[in-house]
Formats: sequence, structure tokens, C-alpha cells
Amino acid sequence: MFMPRSSFEKENNTYQFLPFRFERWGDNRFFLSNEVGEFTFLGVKAFRDFINQELCTSSVEFKNLSAKHFLFQDSSTVHLDLLASKYRTKRAFLDGFTKLHIFVTTLRCNQSCPYCQVSRKDEQAAINHFDMSVHTLRKSIELMLSSPAPHVTMEFQGGEPLLNFELIRQGVEIAKELNQSIGKEIDFVICTNLVTLTDEHLDFCEKEGVLLSTSLDGPEALHNRNRPFQGGGGSYDAVVRGIRRAQEALGKHSVSALMTTTRHSLEHADAIVDEYLKLDMGSIFIRELNPYGFAIKTANSIGYSSSEFVQFYKKVFERIIEVNRQGRTFSEAFASLILTKVLTPWPIGFVDLQSPAGAGLGVVVYNYDGDVYTSDEGRMLAEAQDTMFRMGNVHEDDYDQIFFGEKMQEIAAASCNEALAGCSDCAFQNYCGADPVRNHRTQHDMFGHRAKKGTFCDRNKPIIRYLIETLDAADADLQSILWAWIRREDVNDMQVGKIK
Amino acid sequence: MIDPLPLRLKANRSTLKNRTIAKITRIHQQKERRSDYFYITNNPNEKDIDNYSAVISYDYNDKIEADQNIVFFDADVIQQITDGTIVAINPDGRMHLLFRPESPHNTLFTTNSCNNNCLMCSQPPHDDNIEEMAKEQMKILDLIDNPPELLGLTGGEPTLLDGWLIDILSRINDQLPSSQIHMLTNGRRYADSEYCTKIAKIGNPNFLSLIPLFADNSVDHDYVVQSNGAFDETIRGIYNAAAMGLRIEVRVVLHKQTIPRLPELMEFIYRNLPFVEHVALMGLENMGYVKKNWETLWIDPIDYHEPLTEAVKHLFYRGIPVSIYNLQMCVVPEQLRSFMRNSISDYKNIYLTECSQCTLRSLCGGLFASSEKLHSRGIKAQKNHSVREFTT
Repeated sequence: MFMPRSSFEKENNTYQFLPFRFERWGDNRFFLSNEVGEFTFLGVKAFRDFINQELCTSSVEFKNLSAKHFLFQDSSTVHLDLLASKYRTKRAFLDGFTKLHIFVTTLRCNQSCPYCQVSRKDEQAAINHFDMSVHTLRKSIELMLSSPAPHVTMEFQGGEPLLNFELIRQGVEIAKELNQSIGKEIDFVICTNLVTLTDEHLDFCEKEGVLLSTSLDGPEALHNRNRPFQGGGGSYDAVVRGIRRAQEALGKHSVSALMTTTRHSLEHADAIVDEYLKLDMGSIFIRELNPYGFAIKTANSIGYSSSEFVQFYKKVFERIIEVNRQGRTFSEAFASLILTKVLTPWPIGFVDLQSPAGAGLGVVVYNYDGDVYTSDEGRMLAEAQDTMFRMGNVHEDDYDQIFFGEKMQEIAAASCNEALAGCSDCAFQNYCGADPVRNHRTQHDMFGHRAKKGTFCDRNKPIIRYLIETLDAADADLQSILWAWIRREDVNDMQVGKIK
Repeated sequence: MIDPLPLRLKANRSTLKNRTIAKITRIHQQKERRSDYFYITNNPNEKDIDNYSAVISYDYNDKIEADQNIVFFDADVIQQITDGTIVAINPDGRMHLLFRPESPHNTLFTTNSCNNNCLMCSQPPHDDNIEEMAKEQMKILDLIDNPPELLGLTGGEPTLLDGWLIDILSRINDQLPSSQIHMLTNGRRYADSEYCTKIAKIGNPNFLSLIPLFADNSVDHDYVVQSNGAFDETIRGIYNAAAMGLRIEVRVVLHKQTIPRLPELMEFIYRNLPFVEHVALMGLENMGYVKKNWETLWIDPIDYHEPLTEAVKHLFYRGIPVSIYNLQMCVVPEQLRSFMRNSISDYKNIYLTECSQCTLRSLCGGLFASSEKLHSRGIKAQKNHSVREFTT
């Protein structure tokens, strides 16, 4: 009355492949990943059997590959529905189109950081030359609100946007007013060095729900070396004071910081982490220098190779794990993004790690003069007379011309890593992105060559691999820490069986 | 062993011609509502006892005279039944308790029919008259006085009632809007979008489908449920249901066929069904087919600590609520004790003599009555624990 298992197994043990990519993993294993970011390891023999279609269908490896949708048998067809749904979910960052709208309210700045990737002018430079006009502001906001995205972020950048605070105030006001009949959800962010932060600014941020994003490069000497004032002197005291005031006025979660790595940072991994902890920050984003703007001129004094950066990243990461093991929840933002891609079915909304790349599709920059760019970096190139990434102008072009024009189509074609040589067969394709702007800048070709030094790939691939190696070897505590980062939970609440 | 309450009783004599469903009462009801009741009395001088579905008397008190149906029980049998209990009495005197107002575990038994034939089915299926079954459920619903906190629906496979199930669920939505409704279904019928839409359209926010999934691949699942194509249909069903806003719990019965890939099944659920609101990992109940398939199914819980821990951790890290049902505190690793729930229905729930010495007894769900003899060799009173270690 009961049928044996064999009567549910499929005749002649055949199976077919579903799309997957793979890479050697040490001497004895292969790493395999599929279109939706699921992964598995196979021993060399099992891998060869698998690709020769000789893998025993009752083996553990076969069942793993079947469950993770690397292969299928004719008798079951539901894998296609599942894959389709998972694929849609992973690509959900495309829903609603461009979400991050950056407003360059002024080019003027009170600092002169050697790595500055955006063009800047002296604080005292003529206001009417380098500040956005209200007319341009309004036009830009109208474009932002034309986006189909139900939820957009309006980010004020510079220069130093607080030097033109009045325009931020007007921007928030106009956006809220125009949005009344549209009903989008709008997040507001000011990217500022916090040097000129006043109570008036904080009152405004609190009242309007505006978040602050700042830059903190590490302990005093390092920060001051990386981020001096125009005319000399370091900004460390000012930014620390600003962070503390903002945390007090707006709450800890309303202030975040980015860290930019220079040659001078490489020896200070622990001290940089400790600086963030001292300031009670919840996470740090370890960023590499970008080959744009002023940074390229000073590359010799502050630059480093990708492998030096990767070594530095690992040192910082290890220090951060140590801190978390002691019960302090503190995450590294790049790792959190990659881990979310590797371990979960969910998408992330981060323009530098998506395919199609975020340039224009996920982010757009409205420059002070009304020109529209795919990204900050694209705007930088235009300052150097390279207008490759200028999508149009808010006064001359309408929404369709800007977002669906020839320029955007050309960029989009180079934005999908599924179709880029060197990426199309990379085992980490799903965890990575594409960077046509960087390729254009460094190789004069938006498609780029992956094997060249200093590419996006040169940095991302070793870090992604390192994070997967870390996962592969993780003990229970480390697993709970990494999941706490992904889920934004307290590491102390993530121990199995611990009663809160 | 402490006896659970029996759900099946036997009368000494009955004059009923047909199987009759009504509510127990010991106080008189208004004439026009009496057909909903069985009236219990042992008073030979009682007047005005007409119009009840039947009069129940005890101790062979033949002095009671009535122009109507009368059922005789032993006194100690009938005394356990509270007023408001809904029962069915058959002409041969068998009485089934269908709804007990004092119980937290009331379940409508919708049908004996099923389109799966699971190796470990505790209620082996057979075909029955679904229309008759459905009408009985409707009758029970009409008789419930106070909405229970929780009402289960089980089978067989409830969706085989087809349109009748829609009627039942609609009536539940109208009459018991505050009750949590948990329906055990294999979800296969949900693969039929039209049918699934009908259930979703009832729009009961308290309706939860409890759907068993036994493997991360079709061969293993289809073998456990003994039906080719079941895996595909259940998965499609779950997708349809979720897309239409129906709430889903996934259930996994822990036995020798599911334990080897349990952690992998959790990953499959997380990757493919991350929208499920709860996963229940359930100890085996030694009933029905389990006895026949004992060798194929039995694995002692103390021999699967590792995969069970791995599985619970897997979902816990990923934020999917997970619970362990039907196992005892002493047979799971300490780390997992906060995930244990007291899940065994009161009428079949027992504790062993060993349990009386246990400091965790008040937290522990105990055993199925059917496990009195056959149970884990790890059952052992926990002497050095305090209840507080495992509660919030």
C-alpha cells in the first residue's frame, strides 16, 4: 500500500542544467552561484561529475544542486516559477526607476580635501556663479517628482551644502509643497562636513525629518591630514563637535558617516574603528579613493594599489568583528550589503552594487547650473570638459529626454554586468555591479577591461571572495554577528536560545 | 500516566433513529430552540421535556418517560461533559464530542478524504460523503455560542470539500469573526488560482493555512506524501496563496525521512518562501500509519539534536519565526528549549510517571497519549533547572 522511494525517482537518472557560474576554491573545491545569488560548494570530483551529467541523482550533492536550482529533472517543473519569483525579487530595486536624487546646491566649500572627488570653489567665491538658483532648484524638484518611484531620496550635496542653507530650506519646502498633490514618500538627507552646523540647522532638520551624512576619516591626525580647511588647519574638532551635537539633537540614527581611505589611513585600521566607536556610531563604510576630480592629481601622494586597499579592508573588518564579539554592535556597511546579496533572497538599494548600474537608473545628479548627470563622478568629468555622462539640462530637456535619451541608452548598454566580458561568467556576478563611469574615466571605454589594474573588479572581487571565505569558516558567534548586521539587530539579541 | 479526556463515549441505550448533532444542556431552554439541545436530566418527575433533540438520562433510570428520543449513559460518563459541549450521537449510542467550549483545541474534522497518503498520517484517509460531512460542520458552527479563541480545521484534506469549504469558511468569517482559524491543508488545491481566489476573497484576516512541506526537492517530498506531483502542486499552491494575501505557516514532521535534509529544507523555505509567517517543526505522533511504517519513520529525538539545532538556528538568524511542537523538554538541546510550544491537544496529552519529578514539567508540552509506551529513550526528569531559565 506504500510505494518505495524508487518509484518517485526519475527514470534513467537524467538531469538538465539551470544557469550557473563557478570558480575554483582552493585545491579541492569549486564555488558555484546561480542567477539569484544562491551558492554552493562542490568537491572537484562531484563538480566534474555534475558538469558531465554523471552525478548520482540520489547523492547529497545532487539534492543540494536541485534544491538550490542549479539543475532540474523533467518530472518537476516548479523550479521555473520559483526562479522567476526569486529573480524578480532580487531585481526589485528596479521597480520605480530612479530613487536617489542628488542636488548640488553649491560648489563652494570651506575645506580642501586632497581626495575631493567633486569640484569645489572657495567659500568666498561669487555666490551667483556657483550656487544653484531657485529657478533651477524648482525645475529639478519637478523632475524628481516626475519619477515613477513612490519613494525617493532628496540628497543635498556640494561643495558644502550648509554654506547655502537657505536653498536647502527652500528645496524641502518646494518639494513638500509640490508633493502634496503627488503623494510620494520623500527622505531628505544633507551630506555635510558639519563644520558650520548651527542650532538653526538642527532645528530645521528635526522639524522636517532631515538626516545628516558626514565624513569622518579616523583619529585626529589622520582626519586633519585628509580633510584640511581652505587656508590650512584640520577639521577634526569641528566634525566631532558637529556629530555630537547632531546626535544629541536628532538621535544617533539620524547621523551617519563615510570614511575615505588614503595612503595615510592604511596603517591605522584599529584606530579608525576605535574613533567611530568613541563617537558612538553604529556602522562605518570603508571606502576606497575614487579616481576622479582632484584625487587623480594627488594620486601619487595619497593613492595606493587595489591590493593595498584590500589588505587594509581586511584589517579593519577583523578589528570590527573583534569588537562585535565583545558584544558591541557595529557593522561595516559594504560587508552588510554584500552579505545581504549572498545570504538573502532580498535586493539591496545601493547604486554602486547593482546591475544595471545605478548611473541614471538608480541615481541622478542635478548640478547647480541645471545640468543633469548620471552620478557625482559624471559631473566631475564634465568639469574636466568630458560631458559623456551629462544626461541633459533641467531647463532645456523634459523627463523623457533626460532619462530615456540616447545618452542614457548608451550608458545603460554598458551597465549590465550580465553582458560585460569578464563579468558574464564571473561567479560573483550577482553580488557585484558595474561601473561604466569609472571604466570610461580610467580606460576611455565604458565597457572596460576587467583584467586591468585599478578597476572596479580589482577591488570588489577579492573583497567579495574574502567575505564568502569568512562566511564559509564562520563559527556560531560570527554567524550571529553577520546576521545581526544584515537584519540591523543587536548582536546580543541574536544568540540562539537566549531569552531577551 | 494521567488520562486525557476521551472524545468518544458510548451510551448504554439510545432510541435515536439518525445521527444527531446538538448541544448539551442541563438547564431548560425555550421551546423554539430546543431542537438544538440534548437535555440532561435524571429526575423522573421532570415535566415539559418535549422538543429536545433527545433527553439524556443516566443510571438506567427507566422511569423517565418521554414521547421523544432518549439516550442512557452511565452517570460518571455523562458527568464529564459540560453544558455547551456540541456532540453527535449515533443510533447505536456512540457519542462524539465535536466542540468543547472549555477547550483551547477545538477542531472541525472536515473530511476523511485526502489526495495525499503520507507515510506518517495519524488519521489515515478514506473516502466519505463530503456533502454530509460539510453539512455537519455547518451545523456545528451554528451551534457554537461563544467564539473560541482558536478554531482548527483538519481532515483528510479540507479543500476536497470544494465549494462546501468556501461555504464553511464564509460562515466562520460571519459567525466567528474574532476567532483565529487554523486550517491544516496540503495546499495542493491552492495551485488552482480560481479556487484560491475564492478563499482569499472571504477576506478573513484571522485565517491561517498550515501547510506541510517535507523536503526541498520533489522526489523526497512526493515519497513522504506518497503522491507524484504533490511537491510541485503544494509549492505552486503556497505561491498562489501568498500572492493573494493568504497567510501561511509551513509544517515539517520530524522523522527519519525528513531529518537528513532538515537544515537544507529551512534554507529552501527561506530562499523560496520567505513570506511564510511561521515554521513549525513537529515531533512524530505514533498514530495511524506511523505504527505500520515505524521502521521507516522512527528516529529518536535525542539522535537528531544536531540537524534540529542547525534548522532552528537557520531560521532564527534569518528572522523567520520557528517553533518546535510535540517534543519534550528533556529530549531537545537546552539551547532550543525557548522554541518549544505546548502543542498537543488536551484530549490526547499525557505525562509519564517520570515526569512528576521534573522541575520543567509546567513548561513542557508532555507526550501524545499514543507515545506512552513508545517514546524517546531520553525522557528523564530535569532536576537541576528552573522554569525561569526558559521563559521571558
